[in-house]
Amino acid sequence: MSTTTAPTSPPATPPTEAPRTATAPDTGRRRPRWGTVLGWATMIVILLITLFPFYWMLRTAFSTNSELAAQAANLAPAGFTLDAFRRVFGLTTLEESLAQGGAGGRINFWLYLRNSVIMSTAITLGQVFFSAMAAYAFARLRWPGRDAVFAVFLSALMVPGIFTAIPNFVLIKELGLLNTFPGLVLPTFFMTPFAIFFLRQFFLGIPHEIEEAAMIDGASRARTFLRIILPMSAAPITTLAVLTYIQAWNEYFWPLLVGQSDGVRVLTVALGIFRSQTPQGSPDWSGLMAATLVAALPIVLLFVVLGRRIVNSIGFSGIK
Amino acid sequence: MAVMTTAAPVAARGRRDGVRRPRYGDLRTALIFLIPATIGFVTFYLVPAVRGAWFSLTDYSVLAPPRYVGLDNYERLVQDPLFWNAMKVTAYYVVMNIGLQTVLAIAIAVLMQRLTRSALVRGVVLLPYFVANVVVALVWFFMLDVQMGIVNVLLEGVGLDPQAFFGDPALALPTIALINVWRHMGYTALLIFAGLQMIDQQVYEAAELDGAGPLRQFWSVTLPLLRPVLALVLVVTITGSFQIFDTVAVTSGGGPVDATRVIYLYIYDLAFGQLDFGYASALSVVLFLVLLGVALLQLRLTRASESDTN
Repeated sequence: MSTTTAPTSPPATPPTEAPRTATAPDTGRRRPRWGTVLGWATMIVILLITLFPFYWMLRTAFSTNSELAAQAANLAPAGFTLDAFRRVFGLTTLEESLAQGGAGGRINFWLYLRNSVIMSTAITLGQVFFSAMAAYAFARLRWPGRDAVFAVFLSALMVPGIFTAIPNFVLIKELGLLNTFPGLVLPTFFMTPFAIFFLRQFFLGIPHEIEEAAMIDGASRARTFLRIILPMSAAPITTLAVLTYIQAWNEYFWPLLVGQSDGVRVLTVALGIFRSQTPQGSPDWSGLMAATLVAALPIVLLFVVLGRRIVNSIGFSGIK
Repeated sequence: MAVMTTAAPVAARGRRDGVRRPRYGDLRTALIFLIPATIGFVTFYLVPAVRGAWFSLTDYSVLAPPRYVGLDNYERLVQDPLFWNAMKVTAYYVVMNIGLQTVLAIAIAVLMQRLTRSALVRGVVLLPYFVANVVVALVWFFMLDVQMGIVNVLLEGVGLDPQAFFGDPALALPTIALINVWRHMGYTALLIFAGLQMIDQQVYEAAELDGAGPLRQFWSVTLPLLRPVLALVLVVTITGSFQIFDTVAVTSGGGPVDATRVIYLYIYDLAFGQLDFGYASALSVVLFLVLLGVALLQLRLTRASESDTN
């Protein structure tokens, strides 16, 4: 059933086309073909609108600023060059940068890329593992008050980010962790309600017999958790890890509050700063698009590799 | 996946007999498993929530300790035209964003269900949702630029005047709403698509036997049966929509003339621009209550909770 390309239907069939054709798939019903054609036409428009901005980012990133103005509608890169990337990675001298329509200040997206990787990796490792432990306690262990405690944890889902962000900022400041990686990572390092909820759903579905067999063999709860529950849940855990990583990577608000200094500045924050620089009256557009590409590419690649898994997780995580 | 590196025999290897004390069950083990998550929950959710509520009753600039002022902040809020403007702007944004997004998402979901199960199509549709808000905002910021933006080039191509999408007070907010429709419609469509899958095919067959065409089937079968799913989807998307910040922050920055100064941005400015943490906290308490009210109202109206067990 999985068609990976649009079926080739003759574009704009004349309306006089006979509705019943012998080659129609034998589903037992005769639906007018033009409905399907119209459907696919709409779908293709939607897909194009979805993909075009990505292409435009790519095309502009390889363009020259001076050519961009003259060739604003050129579908190919305007004056193909890698200069924008060289500016973004701080490989050009000040004079070169200014001559290319870039900013005078020094920018180094390698550093911000590294920072994003460090922050997202740390958050993902901590959050997924600790949330899995908590989910195990909520799904597989019996203890008084379990469901009530779970409900309390879940209630945090309703709290808007900014409500806790202000006190959390104060806390991180009091701890002297402003502009440090721990400051960036800690609030989401130990759990999020969503992560616990997500894994609990899967843990609930693992048959009790398996765990009991292990425990009869003398395995402790901790050992059962590490050796049986976690490996059996490799698929949902990977999905959660990917989702967590992407979310951490894309986060803008919290890093904006606590991670302003160069050494811990992540890509999203750097992009905001880059955008607000207008070196010569207008932004360095090709540089800006090259920078957004650097920020988007890892996620797009991750998505290409693990897309099917992510896509299939959507219904589950969203509805249940 | 790099999580499970240690496999050494762990301590706490107590009784191996099957006898459990029924009174407390696995309480001890559970407590140990819950230590890290509880640290996180108490430190970064529970205590901050209480502290935020406390801040809202104080005059607090971070530089000096909070000073209790009773309900002053809330009184000030009622009389603050910028607060009401921010609420109004946010409400407009949510209505435009959610309205269009939901209609488009339903259309895409129905299209996907009728046309294809292709994972590729679903993947493409979902892609924008996984790219950072900031990235999406900046790409569209360029595409909508007055002079160089491809959208304006196209507008001129068909004989229309170029528009300053972010410079015109009447256009800025709808523009930002549309950008986020672009980012979220695929994700929302997949949620609804999942809901469509849960509708029994036999219902459609019965409707078809009764002579209902595709449109009639949509109105009389799909939409009513989709209601619980739609309600949940709307709770999630509306709650998210109220918290619009990133897109505004990196494009219009609240302007022109406060036309896009949404509540999140206003709170951010108050706290981190003007160091008025007490007043900012009061606003975020109000935002929290508004969101809670919206969610409860929606769930009650549509009785979506029925579809959820446990």
